[in-house]
Amino acid sequence: MDNLIALLIAAPLLGAALLLCGGRRLDGAGHWVATVLAFVSFLFGTVLFADMLGKAADDRTVQQQLFSWIPVEGFQADVAFQLDQLSMTFVLLITGVGSLIHLYSVGYMEHDERRRRFFGYLNLFLAAMLLLVLADNYLLLYVGWEGVGLASYLLIGFWQHKPSAATAAKKAFLVNRVGDMGLSIAVMLMFTTFGTFAFTPVLESTGETSEAMLTAIGLLLLLAACGKSAQVPLQSWLGDAMEGPTPVSALIHAATMVTAGVYLIVRSGAIFNAAPDAQLAVVVVGAVTLLFGAIIGCAKDDIKKALAGSTMSQIGYMVLAAGLGPIGYAFAIMHLVTHGFFKAGLFLGAGSVMHGMNDEVDMRKYGGLRKYLPITFVTFGLGYLAIIGVPPFSGFFSKDKIIEAAFAQEGARAWIFGGIALLGAGITAFYMTRVMLMTFFGKQRWQPDAEGEEPHPHEAPRTMTIPMILLAVGSVGAGAFFSIGDRFVNWLAPVTEFEHPHPVISVPVITASTIAVLLVGAALAYAMYGTRPVPVTAPRGSLLTRAARRDLLQDDFNHVVLVRGGEHLTRSLVYVDHTLVDGVVNGTAAGFGGLSGRLRKLQNGYARTYAVSMFGGAAVLIAATLLMRAV
Amino acid sequence: MSASAVHSLWTTAAQQPVDSIPAPHIEYSQLAPMLIVVGAAVLGVLVEVVVPRKARYHSQLFLSVTALAAAFAAVVGLAATGHGTTKVQIAAMGAIAVDGPALFLQGTILLASLAAVFTFAERRLDPRAHGKHVDSFVAQAGSVPGGEGEQAAVRAGFTTTEVYPLMLFAVTGMLVFPAANDLLTLFIALEVFSLPLYLLCALARRKRLMSQEAAVKYFLLGAFSSAFLLFGIALLYGYAGSVSYARIAEVVDGSVRAIDPALAQTMGNDALLLIGGAMLLMGLLFKVGAVPFHMWTPDVYQGAPTPVTGFMAAATKVAAFGALLRLLYVVLPGLNWDWRPVLWGVAIVTMLGGAIVAITQTDIKRLLAYSSIAHAGFILAGVIALTPDGISSVLFYLAAYSFVTIGAFAVVTLVRDAGGEATHLSKWAGLGRRSPLAAAVFAVFLLAFAGIPLTSGFAGKFAVFKAAAEGGAGALVVIGVIASAIAAFFYIRVIVLMFFSEPKPEGPTVAVPSPLTMTTIAVGVAVTLALGVAPQYFLDLAGQASGFVR
Repeated sequence: MDNLIALLIAAPLLGAALLLCGGRRLDGAGHWVATVLAFVSFLFGTVLFADMLGKAADDRTVQQQLFSWIPVEGFQADVAFQLDQLSMTFVLLITGVGSLIHLYSVGYMEHDERRRRFFGYLNLFLAAMLLLVLADNYLLLYVGWEGVGLASYLLIGFWQHKPSAATAAKKAFLVNRVGDMGLSIAVMLMFTTFGTFAFTPVLESTGETSEAMLTAIGLLLLLAACGKSAQVPLQSWLGDAMEGPTPVSALIHAATMVTAGVYLIVRSGAIFNAAPDAQLAVVVVGAVTLLFGAIIGCAKDDIKKALAGSTMSQIGYMVLAAGLGPIGYAFAIMHLVTHGFFKAGLFLGAGSVMHGMNDEVDMRKYGGLRKYLPITFVTFGLGYLAIIGVPPFSGFFSKDKIIEAAFAQEGARAWIFGGIALLGAGITAFYMTRVMLMTFFGKQRWQPDAEGEEPHPHEAPRTMTIPMILLAVGSVGAGAFFSIGDRFVNWLAPVTEFEHPHPVISVPVITASTIAVLLVGAALAYAMYGTRPVPVTAPRGSLLTRAARRDLLQDDFNHVVLVRGGEHLTRSLVYVDHTLVDGVVNGTAAGFGGLSGRLRKLQNGYARTYAVSMFGGAAVLIAATLLMRAV
Repeated sequence: MSASAVHSLWTTAAQQPVDSIPAPHIEYSQLAPMLIVVGAAVLGVLVEVVVPRKARYHSQLFLSVTALAAAFAAVVGLAATGHGTTKVQIAAMGAIAVDGPALFLQGTILLASLAAVFTFAERRLDPRAHGKHVDSFVAQAGSVPGGEGEQAAVRAGFTTTEVYPLMLFAVTGMLVFPAANDLLTLFIALEVFSLPLYLLCALARRKRLMSQEAAVKYFLLGAFSSAFLLFGIALLYGYAGSVSYARIAEVVDGSVRAIDPALAQTMGNDALLLIGGAMLLMGLLFKVGAVPFHMWTPDVYQGAPTPVTGFMAAATKVAAFGALLRLLYVVLPGLNWDWRPVLWGVAIVTMLGGAIVAITQTDIKRLLAYSSIAHAGFILAGVIALTPDGISSVLFYLAAYSFVTIGAFAVVTLVRDAGGEATHLSKWAGLGRRSPLAAAVFAVFLLAFAGIPLTSGFAGKFAVFKAAAEGGAGALVVIGVIASAIAAFFYIRVIVLMFFSEPKPEGPTVAVPSPLTMTTIAVGVAVTLALGVAPQYFLDLAGQASGFVR
């Protein structure tokens, strides 16, 4: 049974190897091979899940040592897996949503010449992501972490013939390097501090370590999480990552990979619990990002970028919850799972719309699509209700818990972070209602494209609608299923500590105000986009709108501070290198060259000169020998 | 010495009955390597006299190769029967030591000579002249390549096969040199290998004047240094009353104070010891090409026929360093506080001098000459260590270096234009594009010279520097590494020139050699890489051979 853990990873890895090395022979059947292997992995996951459910709650952690990776004196790194309730949750999410998206891609990528390669990358992603969540030590986690980064890079830039896609892939890669550097340094610090990488010994010995060191490690882990999960200040890549094919956006940049940062923080909970400063930093990052992403989401006309802003914002919720400590870990993961369902569903819906609209992404050129894409409309609508948190859809349960937990803090923090979380819920309702209205309601605004071709919106094939329907089921029911009787919290409790939050105001009040805020947000959006016709070209908008359209000036900031600053730094370093370093080096070389030129003149070709040199040498030799004796 | 003392010496001597000279006891089997080679050399002279001209080339080549191989087999046999480790002894009435270092170095010299003799015999590089194959050597002193003199010589049937016996005589001297166990044998050996080398240097077929100039310079300066050596021997005899290494060492140690009445006033006089020792050292330092006794090296290396240069650069260095090691480890260890600082200085100026002057060289043969000077400095660093590791590291270095050198000079013989070998560096530009294989092989040798890992040069340099550092010469190692860095510059520069420069339109071509030179080059590359990739076996072998007999 335990061997299944390795097989869980091996199945998609085999798929990736087959598809990427198999060549053209697999062009015809490759996508089905990949999809079947993803489902096989999901099957293994469910078998393991059933097995885990059969065990006592405290005895569910399974460890499997595959082999010793780097067996060096004083440095032991193993390829070993740890399957507990936390990683089980991720395994089911990754393989479940992953399989559905494989299925969806069969339809979505049907006409792409490089389909086999696409599915190879998707399988590679699954394998790396599973390795990330199943590793029993930070070093192996790092391998998975880099693996998903690679897969993400390859898939964002999948349509590399488009310069924008190639640039977006490079951007994602570079920004992620900053976070990865944080993780690698954190892993090194862990090794020097604890002498091991394995989760259990590291997390159990936090009590004996100085808080300063734990804070440093915690901040570095947060940096890593910021990169992978697109949190401020490393958020800039996610919007551009939407250049990838839509299934990729759904799987990697909404449901799974971008949540790896949340996983990392929750997994390292013991470190953050013992480092309150790092924890506060996590909360701040989460709160800032949740507003940041939401505001961007309000201004975007590109449906995928609007959803990307939303993803950023929702992960901000998760990070915020993860920063709250034991009162938040379980809710962070719960929101992560429900978000996985409804956000993947939303993205697939967006993909379905684009599929019917000649790959048009501008919502201003949609309108009234509910008649043409009824299944997409219903599934997208259910995802919409889930994300804005209308009871009893799943987003309501998970988000409400986070807002409650945010209010359960000391002093002013409760009001600041609780208020931000509440405000975020309102903005979420606004921008999602806007997306909904602009896409499915109102007048038809589409026009012939550049080639004069009029779009003919139509429903997607069944391979695409079935995953959307299944994800919609999750969007509707997952939250209630998890929350009734605290099922999810109890399930995770043995791994992540859990304390009941005690908000500063009573829970019904919070719930009521959440619903009120979201109604206000939705109503505002309806007033702006439902009652008035939507102009096909975007109006100039307020200063804030324009800033939000430019992603709140994130790229401008990065350009001015980092790119310019970096250029100045490199230029000055190059100057120092040229003048000082090269000066010394070339000076030395020139010095030796000059010396050489002078010395070679001694070699004048006359035997008499040579003889004199020998005679002088002999004299010196004799004199020196005698001198040595005299001294 | 007063007149009465002299008188008494004579009278006492006259009163004693004259002993019959005892028949010397010679251990033929243990001297077999030297005897085989000298025998073959004598036979070679007879071949020149007796065998018809047409058959001489093949007979001489066969004789040389057979003799060298047989001598090497004899060395291996002696080593295998423990003569290098457990049964070390002094043979031939105290004249020749048969021990580990001697056998190791003799083996190295023989293998190097074997590789060199193939390049001597190469006759495919130059186009035929007057219907005859020509090699690197001249048939008649005054003739010009392809000219009337040469044609006359060809018509008269002159051949160039005398180089083989000459070389065998030189090899004989080189074999005796590191094994010599008294000063007179040392001197005889020196002359035995030097005189044929002077001659060989003068025999280049092309660039006759340069060749003759090289020979004359080498001869003059060699004679000059021999004079120093001989005078040093005389002084040491005056000091110890003997030319035997063991005896001198005992007197230096102070363990023997028996005064020979005839030498009563000089024996034990340290001034004689110090001056004599220094002069002896100078004679040997001349042969290894250490600064400031190095000045002959570039001129002679450049002027001599390239096969001879390769042979001389490799084998002479091995023999001379062998003799130097034996002198320092057997005769003068009791004096090491006096000579070590002096040799420190010599090593430093040799390493730096060789490396620095090489930077501005424009001729590949002169470049390699200065490179050999720098290498002499590196080897000296190992010699100074005065530990068993020092001996073994020097032995290893010499073996590694000799094959790199012979290989490198063999490649130099291939790069030719209308005027023969194209040795000016500017002509080597872009060689890698035109003849990638030859350039790549030469690059391997250059990297080995520079001491880049995975070549024998790295293993050797590492061994000598390690030994020197452990022997307390850390500063020397630092300077050695700096000199290596300087040296790396000009080696790598040649590689850059070959591979990254545009070829010249009228540039030289790489001649396709016969299997003879190919064998030499292939062996050179193989040994270079083998000693670089898996040096441990050979280091162990050198370690086992590092015990000097006293």
